[in-house]
Amino acid sequence: MTKINGNVGIVIVSHSIDVARGTADMVRQMVGDGVPLAYCGGNPDGGLGTNVQAIMTAIDQAWSDSGVAILVDLGGAETNSEMAVELQPPERRRRIVVCNAPIVEGAVMAATEASGGAPLEDVKRTAEELSPV
Amino acid sequence: MNNFDAFGAVLLTHSVGLHARPSVRLTQLAKTFGARVEMSPGPEGPWIDAKSIVKVMGAKVRQGSRLHFRAAGVDAKNAVAALIGLVERDFDEAQADAANG
Repeated sequence: MTKINGNVGIVIVSHSIDVARGTADMVRQMVGDGVPLAYCGGNPDGGLGTNVQAIMTAIDQAWSDSGVAILVDLGGAETNSEMAVELQPPERRRRIVVCNAPIVEGAVMAATEASGGAPLEDVKRTAEELSPV
Repeated sequence: MNNFDAFGAVLLTHSVGLHARPSVRLTQLAKTFGARVEMSPGPEGPWIDAKSIVKVMGAKVRQGSRLHFRAAGVDAKNAVAALIGLVERDFDEAQADAANG
């Protein structure tokens, strides 16, 4: 993972571990392994949910000096991701963004952009470009 | 319209057209060149940025379309040649499928 540390990392946060894993599979198969990638979702009982600690772990796994873009699905995934960002050390906090984009499509778009070495703002903008304006 | 250093066109034979995976490959390859690279499903445009995954995928170019490229910059010729090569090789998907088992 360290050899690709230059590219922006992608974190996928879904209420469902299956959605999160499936989205990560799509990123790996479509975009390749040129970007750090981590995902989390569900609660420890196997049900639906998101939690701040798991998101923080995923951020650590996908961490890159270029920053990390988080893709979320609904409600708690977004608020818990924002909380996980707030709990980061200040120097990391400004290098993490939560994208306002559909989780699957946004993750593939963001990872494609990141795989070319684009900076964090471009990765976020590309994911969000999908949403109708 | 002017000031492009290289032009090229290729028939898109991929079975489902320029869908998700081919779009990603094309965009990734385009981004490896410094040149400005644009593509279009026809000679009259509309021209889109070949480095924009959202625009390339959004163009929904169908099988049987003649994909046109134009590029501006020092490596423009190489960029157009490489992109045409990728389309001709069917986006290297045969190898990728074999590699994925």
